[in-house]
Amino acid sequence: MKLLEYQSKALLLEAGLPVPDSIHVINADEVPDALNKVTFTEGVVKAQAFTGGRGKAGGIKRYSTPEEAKKYASEIIGMQLVTHQTGSEGVKVHSALIEKAGNAINEFYLAVLLDRAKVSPLIMISPEGGVDIEEVAEKTPDRILRLYPQYGKPLRDELKTQAADFLGLKNELKNQLGDILQKLYDVYLQRDATMIEINPLALTNENKLQLLDCKFDIDDNAVYRQKNSGGDPNAEKTEAEIEASTYGMSYISLDGNIGCMVNGAGLAMATMDSIKHNGGEPANFLDVGGSATEEAVTKAFEIISGDSNVACILVNIFGGIMKCDTIANGIIAAVKSSGLKMPLVVRLEGTNVDIGKKIINESGLNIISADNLDDAARKAVSLTKK
Amino acid sequence: MAILVDNNTKLITQGITGKAGLFHTLRCHEYGTNVVGGVNPKKAGTQIEGFPVFGNVKEAVNQTGANTTMIFVPAPFAADAIIEAADAGIKLIVTITEGIPVRDMLDVHEYLKKSDSILVGPNCPGITTADVAKVGIAPGFIHKKGKIGIVSRSGTLTYEAVHQTTLTGLGQTTAVGIGGDPIHGLNHIDVIKMFNDDPETEGIVLIGEIGGSDEEEAAEYIKSNVRKPVSAFIAGSSAPKGKRMGHAGAIISGSKGTAESKIKALQDAGVMVALTAADIGHQMCLALRERTGKCHCNNSEDCKY
Repeated sequence: MKLLEYQSKALLLEAGLPVPDSIHVINADEVPDALNKVTFTEGVVKAQAFTGGRGKAGGIKRYSTPEEAKKYASEIIGMQLVTHQTGSEGVKVHSALIEKAGNAINEFYLAVLLDRAKVSPLIMISPEGGVDIEEVAEKTPDRILRLYPQYGKPLRDELKTQAADFLGLKNELKNQLGDILQKLYDVYLQRDATMIEINPLALTNENKLQLLDCKFDIDDNAVYRQKNSGGDPNAEKTEAEIEASTYGMSYISLDGNIGCMVNGAGLAMATMDSIKHNGGEPANFLDVGGSATEEAVTKAFEIISGDSNVACILVNIFGGIMKCDTIANGIIAAVKSSGLKMPLVVRLEGTNVDIGKKIINESGLNIISADNLDDAARKAVSLTKK
Repeated sequence: MAILVDNNTKLITQGITGKAGLFHTLRCHEYGTNVVGGVNPKKAGTQIEGFPVFGNVKEAVNQTGANTTMIFVPAPFAADAIIEAADAGIKLIVTITEGIPVRDMLDVHEYLKKSDSILVGPNCPGITTADVAKVGIAPGFIHKKGKIGIVSRSGTLTYEAVHQTTLTGLGQTTAVGIGGDPIHGLNHIDVIKMFNDDPETEGIVLIGEIGGSDEEEAAEYIKSNVRKPVSAFIAGSSAPKGKRMGHAGAIISGSKGTAESKIKALQDAGVMVALTAADIGHQMCLALRERTGKCHCNNSEDCKY
């Protein structure tokens, strides 16, 4: 679950971390009242949307009068923000954060994330703040410092010193950095984050370190115990994706025209790969789960055929625990009840596969049986190319 | 021989009284696994389908000599269940539960550093030694005793690999599903080491997917240590960046964890990589034939079933 900047900063503030003064507004009409509540007079209006690169794309505007602030807020909120990180359709701006303008004299990069290979949280630091860290990693990897905390213990002073030396911070600033590192690491663990990225971490002309921008991802598996984090687990999902998840299915909409219904995430990916390998384009990823009921299968057909790009549906089920004849009957019932018109390619494997295939072949419906995954993909692709 | 699970396995199920826990305990028992009981603190002292239910793992170990556990406990409590099993001296902990938070798994990982227990999973289908014993949720009937070791991050793709090696007549020694989560117990590399040392295993199938760097590390190991033929398949070459594909671990972040990088690393290590999941069994045949100079599968004429 990704958090928006204002949600992230609320968590950082709660953890005692230095973030600039700010106030969040849902629409432009709230701006005058909001500005009465803050102590600063000049600031920035920042688009709240799930993307980086907002500044260059016109999602961050500097204002010096309340009228200007309101005008920018009304322009930004609700717009489709297109940045180098989004597709050409962009992402919708949810709201705006009005923030005190800072005077940064230097910008650094700081992140806490999970190093899967080392099975450990990892603190990443770079003096190259305000730019794309992937670019830094590629062009000047020696400008990135990686620190591994000892899990379950506070950060060692030695790590804090290394970090300060790497950024060239001394005395009081070294202490500030040490405090920030510890608090950020603590909030990372307490909030079940998988990544917190501070970019930039600014050094202001008042000799203070400040966390200017933040990306905050919470582990999807831990959302149940982070309900007070302010985030919305469905914020980035389409309606169809939300609907699928209520049936225990995992659905992701893609750009192609071959709808897929598969059991198992790995097999679902492999089915998409096979479609592509045979010259087609998958319309979605859909894992119906291990013990899909007839109800779930019916819902899956509804969701897939609700995508107007879909010209053909490929069903790929490896019936392990469930028997193929049961699955075949479920598919036929679902096709009948949903009134599905488009061609359907079905590949069944597992227990009672011969009975399952027979049921499909004798159903009188527009269903094409396939022998294996690749055969199914080929048949589906040729149907869409007609 | 085979690996991890065999005639000496004495299995308990943590979460035996749940619907899935009981169903799969019965299937494991039918397959021939020596199931000695289960754990549920609220139903201690009772029996379910003839299996004794204990209040905790320690008690189960003391009473039955259990050395293996299969965990179906719901995600919020599963990490504690793993630690409890390790604490009770269980040697092999197979965790089927999906959806365990990463932070809980960091705790588990830290705890297991001080323990001899082996963790498989979470979010995995378990382990099957063909025609001998099964611990997990894999359909037993697709397995056939033979010579191929299978290790996989994905459940249903494990079944594909098993099914295809059965169809070719090669059969399996053991199939191990290591799970699709970012933090898990045994990695590809650990299981490949075991297969490499197992005299009954003549060839190895590795099934990976996008995300992480398990497969790249396994490729390094294979390159310098494994003389047995290896074939592989990597799922997710068509997956878009930044989208989590069902498994918590299956996500391409930035330039890391792509199918291309994994396929290239494996090919550089001499592994035969199947380009589609339908070709896994066939690639194993080819890899064996290349190494031994003769065909081992059912249909030796064109080596295509």
